[in-house]
Amino acid sequence: MERLTPAETTVPHDRDGLPPVAPAAPGRWQVGTITRIVQETPRVKSFRIELPIWVPHLPGQHYDVRLTAPDGYQAQRSYSVASSPLDEGAIELTVDRLEDGEVSGYMHDVLVVGDRIEVRGPFAAYFVWRGESPALLLGGGSGVVPLMCMLRHKRRAMPQADLRLVYSVRRPDELIYRDELGDETLVTYTRIAPPGWGGHAGRVDAALIAAAGVDPAIGSVFVCGSNGFVESASRLALDAGFPAERIRTERYGPTG
Amino acid sequence: MSDFISRGFGGRRRQPKGMEGRIPPGQYYEPGFPVLTAGPTPHVDTAEWRFSIDGVVGAPRSWTWEQFNALPFEDVPCDIHCVTKWSKLDTTFRGVSLDTLLAEVEPLGGYTMAHCYGGYTTNVALEELTGGRAWVVTEHEGEPLPTEHGGPARLLVPHLYFWKSAKWVAGLRVLDSDEPGFWESNGYHMHGDPWREERYWND
Repeated sequence: MERLTPAETTVPHDRDGLPPVAPAAPGRWQVGTITRIVQETPRVKSFRIELPIWVPHLPGQHYDVRLTAPDGYQAQRSYSVASSPLDEGAIELTVDRLEDGEVSGYMHDVLVVGDRIEVRGPFAAYFVWRGESPALLLGGGSGVVPLMCMLRHKRRAMPQADLRLVYSVRRPDELIYRDELGDETLVTYTRIAPPGWGGHAGRVDAALIAAAGVDPAIGSVFVCGSNGFVESASRLALDAGFPAERIRTERYGPTG
Repeated sequence: MSDFISRGFGGRRRQPKGMEGRIPPGQYYEPGFPVLTAGPTPHVDTAEWRFSIDGVVGAPRSWTWEQFNALPFEDVPCDIHCVTKWSKLDTTFRGVSLDTLLAEVEPLGGYTMAHCYGGYTTNVALEELTGGRAWVVTEHEGEPLPTEHGGPARLLVPHLYFWKSAKWVAGLRVLDSDEPGFWESNGYHMHGDPWREERYWND
């Protein structure tokens, strides 16, 4: 699809010369099969879902999940894809179990391997990584999910790309993907750090952004987390010298 | 509608009694007011603020904050529906009707592009903005509109998905043809009627 936006109202990142948007039109609703469930933390599980009609997603895109009750009542929510688009035939959704979460509660408490689930996607083509390098990824809590998709894809498809992840969690038992965090990642614990922790503690701050080592003159920034995290982290990125048009944000609302 | 039933899902209706008919398909009742923005929040000083209508019009014009506040304001009680699935019911904004603003510029095209401080854009057909269905609002629940919700002023088009109600709105450009704005270029629907579930391309 060609963009026809008038020049004076062009969205900021276009001026930056990033590749044009060319996502595949999303498919219709389809019924996938759960083939693996990983308990990432006490509150977070990853679900591998095999799809009859799989299309490659862009790292950062989401799928919609729809639940249907026998009386026809339906509930829908959106979840970021965590797996690389090189994982053909399936997607992995990492889901935080929210208090009173209508959909996340069902996925955590009811779904087992072999169950079927209705999904549709992939959607949205803004908060996506198309190979920009260097790039600073700022994740708060389960906001790390689309950023891990970017990291996983980079490792397989573009190992030379320079991605750095700053990952903020409250406590050690909330650290998702702990075995996959490498030298590119700086973790900070805002409430409780593990015993003997020598790294950063407390909220993301200017020093931690600087320690990530991404040059604001050329780097892109992806920020994902709660509204409070995104407000404060994107402000820090601006203060560090990253221009607003190279900072993309995604906020996790109180969706269940 | 598919025949698929989710094993073990009984449904947990969170709509308050009597409001079921006000929640569009695929939406759920949200008592709060979540914030969704694609980039950093722009901070706009009302001394610098302007709202303009230009493009294919007989008489383009722009209003300063003082001039805008001298226009007739009205309370706008409404329900709002976000494409990320939440709906907020019985909320009240206050602002100036687009009927009032458009009457001063003589629009000649049938489409508009709303543009904003921070660079956001969204397309809305002129007929969706007239007839008492759209406003530029500066207050929410009796208070100045908070910055994170689009203050000092945002577009309000409550009968369309809420991404059409552009935050930090700076103006409308009247166009001869319908062109995609920011989310509309990034996979979301050109029109965005929540009752027809026009969320994404091809819906």
